Amino acid sequence: MIAGFDFNVIERSLGYLFREGMTFTLTLTGLAALGGIIFGTLLAMMRLSSHKWLSLPATGYVNLMRSIPLLLVIFWFYFLVPYIGAWIVGSPTPIQVGAVASSVITFTMFEAAYYSEIMRAGIQSVPRGQVWAGYALGLNYWQTMGKVVLPQAFRNMIPILLTQTIILFQDTSLVYVLSITDFLGAASKIAQRDGRLVEMYLFAALVYFIISFTLSYVVKLLQQKIAIIR
Amino acid sequence: MPMIEIRDVSKWYGTFQVLTDCTTNVEKGEVIVVCGPSGSGKSTLIKTVNALEPFQKGDIFVDGIKVNDPKTNLPKLRARVGMVFQHFELFPHLTITQNLTLGQVKVLGRSPEEARTRGMKYLDRVGLISQKDKFPGQLSGGQQQRVAIARALSMDPICMLFDEPTSALDPEMINEVLDVMVGLAKEGMTMMVVTHEMGFANKVANRVIFMDRGTIVEDATKADFFGKPRSERAQQFLAKILHH
Repeated sequence: MIAGFDFNVIERSLGYLFREGMTFTLTLTGLAALGGIIFGTLLAMMRLSSHKWLSLPATGYVNLMRSIPLLLVIFWFYFLVPYIGAWIVGSPTPIQVGAVASSVITFTMFEAAYYSEIMRAGIQSVPRGQVWAGYALGLNYWQTMGKVVLPQAFRNMIPILLTQTIILFQDTSLVYVLSITDFLGAASKIAQRDGRLVEMYLFAALVYFIISFTLSYVVKLLQQKIAIIR
Repeated sequence: MPMIEIRDVSKWYGTFQVLTDCTTNVEKGEVIVVCGPSGSGKSTLIKTVNALEPFQKGDIFVDGIKVNDPKTNLPKLRARVGMVFQHFELFPHLTITQNLTLGQVKVLGRSPEEARTRGMKYLDRVGLISQKDKFPGQLSGGQQQRVAIARALSMDPICMLFDEPTSALDPEMINEVLDVMVGLAKEGMTMMVVTHEMGFANKVANRVIFMDRGTIVEDATKADFFGKPRSERAQQFLAKILHH
């Protein structure tokens, strides 16, 4: 049975798969993780604020994003962002953001909701006395956050942040609905062109597995290494 | 003008009143010990002095500056008031040196070198210069609390607040912290100290404040307090903690 398969197709397309596909997948994962963590941290700080006009919008945003399927959000942003952009700058025609930019924005905004929940738990894991100590030294809110609370929150949450990033890495494959050539998109194109669906999808699964599994293992190692000495 | 002036301060958590009309003064150079049973509001009261705890009624002045005025620059005021906490609250992700310099550089705008020199001076004073590159978690409780005192001192405070500085320590470490505090008191530092260490009170306090259920029941000179406390509640408290 295995004789009917042609695994050489993988070797022949390796360059395309990784140079085009994987590069995009990793770029999108990296940008969305970076942006998501920054926005997520700000959202978490807003949610924990005692000002209702800061905490309520943040809570609403996080709940909205977490209650909608990612695929729907991708469509939404792709079709809506051009109109919203046009409305903001007052342009009569929709602003062309392009599929790639749209995917980066979408994943950043979507992941921010999840990262914010992680960062909220992280901020709350830092004892209240640490905040008092920061204030007592004369640090203001931003200094206390930036120098005292967030470094500890990040350190406590790195394993979970990375785990979420592994999920993000897998989820980026959904951009194929925007006809973007990410790793899975590239594999899919070759598979259909050469009629080698089984081989290519097996190979794609294997690559995702190896990368995700290795990263999970790294997370486990990190967990033991970075724990703050208390 | 008193260094710290607390005037009719009341505070509520929702409908529960934690402080009721607390009034007292701390003059420059005075050492005031605040004692009382747990839950009596002593820690809350001392935290209102540098506005770590907000309060709803009354006024507090530190060096003539109104703490509860929304226009007061709180970070600037707090930088001049040293505070030492029950659980030390050193920053666990920073080295001892970084703990000592953070506030000096970020708040007082000192250069890193100057902050380091000053920090080391006070670290040496509490006898821990050899620990300067360690992390707080590598020090014993008593050592951490001494570093915390050095951290507060390196900001050149005009007065110091101590919130049960020895309550979280093993018995054999209490004295190393108290020794530092006695030294400070003898140098004329203005201090407000929440503690149950009556030996410390006896040695250096000018006045003792006894609190119960959010009110200041007794505000007396050391001699009066230990000699003949007027309130029955303070007598009972003293009998209990001086029993052994």
